[in-house]
Amino acid sequence: MIECRDLSKVFGGGPAVAEALALARDGIDRADVQRRTGATVAVHDVSFTVEPGELFVVMGLSGSGKSTLVRLLNRLIEPSGGSIRIDGRELSGLGDAELRALRNRRMSMVFQHFALLPHRTVQQNAEYGLQIRGVPERERQERARWALEQVGLADRAGARPDELSGGMKQRVGLARALASDTDVLLMDEPFSALDPLIRRDMQALLIRLQKELRKTIVFITHDLNEAMRLGDRILLLRDGRLVQLGTGPEILAAPANDYVADFVSDVDRTRVLTAEDVLREPRVVARPADRPADVLRRLGGAEANGAYVVDDECRLLGVIRDDWLAHAASTGRAEIGTEGLVADFATTEPDRPLIDIVGRLGRHVVPLAVVDREGRLLGVVPRAAVLAALAAVPTGS
Amino acid sequence: MPRIELGEYVDRFISWLLRTIPGVFDVISAVMTVLVETITSALIAPPFVVWVLVLTLAALLARGIGFGVFTLLAFLLVASLDLWEETMDTLGLVIVAAAIAAAVGVPLGIWAARNRGASVVLRPVLDFMQTTPVFVYLIPAVFFFGIGVVPGVVATTIFSIPPAVRLTELGIRGVDPEVVEAAHAFGAHPRQILREVQLPMALPSIMAGINQVIMLALSMVVVAGLAGAGGLGTVVVGAVTQLDVAAGFEGGLAVVILAIFLDRLTAALADQPERGLWHRLQRRRAPRAERATSEATAVPA
Repeated sequence: MIECRDLSKVFGGGPAVAEALALARDGIDRADVQRRTGATVAVHDVSFTVEPGELFVVMGLSGSGKSTLVRLLNRLIEPSGGSIRIDGRELSGLGDAELRALRNRRMSMVFQHFALLPHRTVQQNAEYGLQIRGVPERERQERARWALEQVGLADRAGARPDELSGGMKQRVGLARALASDTDVLLMDEPFSALDPLIRRDMQALLIRLQKELRKTIVFITHDLNEAMRLGDRILLLRDGRLVQLGTGPEILAAPANDYVADFVSDVDRTRVLTAEDVLREPRVVARPADRPADVLRRLGGAEANGAYVVDDECRLLGVIRDDWLAHAASTGRAEIGTEGLVADFATTEPDRPLIDIVGRLGRHVVPLAVVDREGRLLGVVPRAAVLAALAAVPTGS
Repeated sequence: MPRIELGEYVDRFISWLLRTIPGVFDVISAVMTVLVETITSALIAPPFVVWVLVLTLAALLARGIGFGVFTLLAFLLVASLDLWEETMDTLGLVIVAAAIAAAVGVPLGIWAARNRGASVVLRPVLDFMQTTPVFVYLIPAVFFFGIGVVPGVVATTIFSIPPAVRLTELGIRGVDPEVVEAAHAFGAHPRQILREVQLPMALPSIMAGINQVIMLALSMVVVAGLAGAGGLGTVVVGAVTQLDVAAGFEGGLAVVILAIFLDRLTAALADQPERGLWHRLQRRRAPRAERATSEATAVPA
C-alpha cells in the first residue's frame, strides 16, 4: 500500500522553497510563484492512497507534475514536503542503503523510453534488478526467463535491445520490472512512445498480467482514454495540484470542474462505461409462482411487452411475453410456471464496455439483461439509458 | 610596466622541488626505466619476423584482410630500411607513455564527469597542458630526470593525458540519463552504476580518447628525441641537425607507418569491432553455442 500525504516538490530557489510552498498554499498559481520566488512548484499538496493490487493512474498534461510525482514515490526526486509511506514505512527517514534496498526489493519501474542497457542482451536486461540484488545466476536466469515468457519475448532472449522494435523494447522493460518480483510497479508513461496499435496491444498485455499478478501499480499517462481503459482509479493532476480522484465512470459522470469536463468531453465513452455503469432496476420482474393476471397488470403499468422471470435466488429463468400472459389470464391459470417462458432476450456481464453491447440493444421485447457469473439478474440496460450515458446526460437511477 | 618575473618564479619553484624531494624523482626515474627497458627489449629480442607476424595477426583480428596486408608490408619495409630497432624503441616508449596517460586520464575523466567542480578546475589545466609548445615540457623534464628515456616518457605522458580526460568525461556525460535513472530505480549502488552502466556505455568515447592519447604520444615521442629518448626521435633529430634528406625521409616514413598502424588498430577497437576477423569468428561460434544449449535444455523437457 502506498500512502501519500500533502506531497510537494519545489524545484530550484534554495531558501525560496518554503516561501514558494507558502504562496502555493495560499492558492497563488504556479507562474506567479515562479515570478516572485524563482522556484517552480512542480507538485503541490497531493494526497492519495494506492491500495494493494490496485492499478492507480495519474493523468495530466505535460508540465502537470505527473512524472515528478511518480519519481517522488521512490525518491529518485527528493520531496520538498509531505510524507510517503510504503506499507506503513515512512520513506523520508531512510538512509542511502535502506533506500536502495527498498527500490530493489519493493518497487520497480518502467520508463517512457525503455531505458534498457544497450550493451546487454534481452535476457541480461531482464535479470538486471536481480543481479543488483545479488541473486545467484541460475535463479535469476530462471526468473528472467519466466518474465520474458509473461510478456511474450522468450524467443528473443539472446537479442540486443537495438535489434528490437519499440513495442518489444518496452516488453523487455516490463519483463525487467516483473522479474524483480516487487509488489509495487511504477510506470512512467510506458506506452506513450509507441504506435497507437502497439499501444493497444501493450495495454491489453498489462490488463492481462494485472489480472494474474495483482501488482500495486502507479501508472502515469497523458492519454485520458488510456487512463480510463486501465485505471481502477484515476488521479487528475493539473499544474501540480490534484484536480479530481475517482474511478473512470465517476469522473465521466461528475467532473469536478470545467477543466475536467472539458477534458473528458472527448473520451470515448463507449469504451469507458460498462454495463454496470448504466444498468437500471428492471421495472417488472416475475416469479414462476406469480399470477399471470397480476403480472399482466404490472406490465401494462410499465408499458412493457414482456418481463424477466427469476427464481428465488434471483437466477434468470427466461422471459414471459404479454400475449402469453393474456392467454393464461383468460384461461384462469393460477401461476406462470416455467413452460411458457421464451428465450427472447440477450444478456451481458456487468464489466462489458458499452461498445460491446450496443449491438444487442433493442432487439427483443425486454431490455438487455445484466447477469453475474451465477446467472443472477443484476439489472437491465434499456436503450435509452445507454444513449443518455453516451450523451453525458446525468443519470437519475 | 613593471616586469613580473613569472619565469623566474617557476624556475625557483622547480629548483625548490628538486632540493626538497630528490628521492621521489629517482624512484619515478627507476620505475620508468625498468618499464621502458622491459618492453623495448621484449620487442627487440626476437628476430624481427616474429613481431611483424604478431602485429599483422593483431591487425587481421582487429580490422580485416586489407589492414593486415598493409601492416605486413609496412613493417617489412621498416625492417629493410634498417630502422627496426629504432621503431621498436619508439613503440615501447609510446606504449609506456600512453598506458600511464590513460591510467591517469580516464579516472580523472570519471571524476570530472561526476563532479562539476572538478570539471571546472580541470578544464583550464587541460587547456594549458595541450597548448603549451611541446619543447617546453622537455626543459623541466630534463631538470628532474636528466638526459635519456625517462624525461622523454614523462614529457610525452603529460602531453598526451588531456584527450583521455576530456573524452572520458564527455562519454560519461553523454550516457542516456534515463538509463542511469533506471539503474537508480532498481536500487543500484553508484559504484555499480559506474561499472555496469556508465563505463560500458561510454566505452566508444573512452576508446576514441585512448586513440588520441596514442597519437599525441607518438607525435611527442619524436620531439623527445631532443632529450635523448632514443628511437626514431634520435634518427629524425640527427637528420635535421645534419640536413640529411635521405635519413630524414626514412625516419619520417617509419614514424608515419607506426602512426597509421596504431591509429587504425585502436580506432578499430573503438568504433567498429564488428568488422574485425575476431568478431566474425565469435559471431560464427555464438549461434552454434546457442543452438547447443537450447538442445541441451530441450532434452530434459
